[in-house]
Amino acid sequence: MRIEEHPILDFKRGREIYFYYNGKKIKAYEGETIAAALYAAGIKTLSKSLRLHRPRGFFCGIGKCSSCLMKVDGIPNVRTCITMVREGMVVEDNDMELPDKEYEGCELRKKAVDVVVVGGGPAGMNAAIEASKYARTLLIDENPRLGGQLIKQTHKFFGSRRQRAGTRGIEIAKELEREVMERGVEVLLNTSVIGYYKRSHHFLAAADKINRIVYEIEAKKIIFATGAQENMLVFEGNDLPGVYGAGGVQTLMNVYGVKPGNVGLIIGAGNVGLILAYQLLQAGVGVACIVEAMPKIGGYFVHAAKIRRCGIPIYTRHSIKRAYGDGKVEGAIIGELDENWNFVEGSEKDIKCDFICLAVGLTPSIRLIAQTGAEISFINEAGGWVALHNEYMETTKEGIYVAGDLANIEEASTAMIEGKIAGLHAAHSIKPIDDFERKIKEYMEELEIFRQGYFGERPKKAKEKILEGYYEKMGERRSS
Amino acid sequence: MKRWEREGVAEIEDIRLPTKEQLQKGVAIIECIQEIPCNPCVDACPFNAISMENINALPIVDFEKCVGCGKCIEVCPGLAIFVVKAKGEKATVMLPYEFIPLPKEGQMVKAINREGKEICEAVVKKVRKGKTPVVTIELPAEYAMEARHIKVKAEE
Repeated sequence: MRIEEHPILDFKRGREIYFYYNGKKIKAYEGETIAAALYAAGIKTLSKSLRLHRPRGFFCGIGKCSSCLMKVDGIPNVRTCITMVREGMVVEDNDMELPDKEYEGCELRKKAVDVVVVGGGPAGMNAAIEASKYARTLLIDENPRLGGQLIKQTHKFFGSRRQRAGTRGIEIAKELEREVMERGVEVLLNTSVIGYYKRSHHFLAAADKINRIVYEIEAKKIIFATGAQENMLVFEGNDLPGVYGAGGVQTLMNVYGVKPGNVGLIIGAGNVGLILAYQLLQAGVGVACIVEAMPKIGGYFVHAAKIRRCGIPIYTRHSIKRAYGDGKVEGAIIGELDENWNFVEGSEKDIKCDFICLAVGLTPSIRLIAQTGAEISFINEAGGWVALHNEYMETTKEGIYVAGDLANIEEASTAMIEGKIAGLHAAHSIKPIDDFERKIKEYMEELEIFRQGYFGERPKKAKEKILEGYYEKMGERRSS
Repeated sequence: MKRWEREGVAEIEDIRLPTKEQLQKGVAIIECIQEIPCNPCVDACPFNAISMENINALPIVDFEKCVGCGKCIEVCPGLAIFVVKAKGEKATVMLPYEFIPLPKEGQMVKAINREGKEICEAVVKKVRKGKTPVVTIELPAEYAMEARHIKVKAEE
C-alpha cells in the first residue's frame, strides 16, 4: 500500500517504529498519522457507527468528520487522522467511555497578544504574516504542521506571479511556512481551539494535546481561517469503508505516501475531482472513471484534458446509485440522469473499484466562528452557512475576522489574498498603519481581477450577498 | 454546448493554429481554450511571444516571434502547451510528462491522442528534466496535431 516512487514527491519516512492495534503489533514510521499507519497495514475499518455498529473508515482525513475516532493510550474519541503515531502507542476500538482522562493534570497557561489567527492554511498563514509586520501575532493550528490543504497539492497553481502561479501547492506551503517563522510569528501546533468567550477583550480556550497544556488566550483581534470540509452525498452504501472524501485521499496519498486502493471511482468533475484523478494516476493507482451529475464538466478544461489524455472517461449527467461490498467497497453502480435528475432505466453500469472518492463540494467549517456571535447566514453560492463580513473580512462582531474557505468556498489563491486583507486591517485597527489605504487597495484589486472571469462569477455573487447581508445588519457603510 | 465542455476533449477547430511555414520552424501550440485566471506562460516566454489582454483572457501566441523553445511548457499549470514542428514527412512534438518511469532517449513509445487512444509509434528524441519534465517525440507528420501524450512501457 505504500508508494515507493513518485514523479513529483519524495517521501522521506521517519524512523521505523511499532505500535499496537487491538493488541496486534504494527509497523509504522515516525511522522505519520495513526490512520495512515493503519491503512498502510491494510486496516481500513477504524470505527463503528453508534447505533447499528456499521464499520466506518476515514472520510475527510483532516480532522473534521469524526469517522476515524479511536481510543489511543486510554483516551477515547481521538481523531486518528491527525494524531501522529508514536513508539509503543496503544490504539484500540473506541468504546464510547466519557473522555474523563484527557485533560486531567494539564498545565494552564495564559497568553495575551494583539492578533490571533486560528488555522494555518493559505489564508491563515498569510493573515499571520501580514499582521506580524505591525502587531504581536499568534498562529494556532491543530495539525502537526502548517500548510493546511496546500501540503497535498502537487499540481502547479494558477493565477499570476503575485499568487505564485506555476508553483506547486506543496512548495507554496513551504515558502509560506518559512516566512511565518522568519517573521517571528508565534506558532502553536497540535493545538485545538476549543472555545471562544468575551470579557473586555476577545478570549480563546485552546488545548495542546501532545504537551497537555490548556491555553487561555487574550487577543485584541481574532482572524478565523478554519477552512472547510468535504460534502457527503446520499446513496446506498455511502458509509462503507472505502467511500472517502477526495481531500482525504489526497492527504493519505500525497502527504503520507499510502495508496487508497487499486482502482478508484470519482464522483464529481469539479477541479477537486479532476485533479485527484490525475494525482491517483501519478501515484500508480487506477481510476475507473469520473461521474458528474451536471451536463458540463465543472472544473477547468485543462484539468479535464490532462486526464482524458490518460484514457480516463468522464461521464457527465451521471451519478452513483449505490456502492456495494462486504464490509468494504467492492464496486458501485452508476447510471445516467434524465432532466428531472432521475436515473434513466437500463442505463446502469457496474463499476469495479475498491474505493470511491466524493468530490462534490465543500462546506465552510463555521463551528468556532459561530461561537463568537458573529452573524451567520446561509448563502448557497458561498457553500452554505458563512459569517457575514465586510470588504476588510471583518464580521459583524468587531475585531473578529474570517478569511479563506471559511468565508466562501474558493481557491487557495484568493484565500491567500483574503488572509492578507484580514491581517492588514486587523493590525491597522489596533494601531493605524501609514500606508494602509494604498496597501489594502492593492490587495482588493488583486482579488477583483482574479474574480473577473467565468470561474469568478459564483464567488463574486457569493461575496455580493455576504456584503449585502453585512451592511443590512450593520446599517450604513462604515468608513475604515 | 461544445464537446470539450462535456467531454474534456478539444477539437482541432477549438485550437489556434499556425501556418504551415510557421509550423516548419516549430512553435508553441497552446490548448488553453477556456478563460481561467492564469498567466505564467506570458512571464515565462523569453521572446515576449505570448500575450494576454487580462489574466482571465486566452493566451495568444505570436507565431512569428515564437522560436519553439518550450520554456512555457513546464510552467503551464494546465499542462496545455505543446511545441510542434512539422517538416516534410516527420514531425516532433514536445510535451509535458509528469509520470514515472520517464522514457529514455531513443526509446520507442506509443503516441496518444486527446481521448487517450494510441495513434502511432513514436521515438523519444529528448528528455528535458525539470519541474515538469518535457519529452520530445518524433512521429509521422500526419499525427503532429493529434499526439498529445505518450505511453511508456515500464521495462524496455
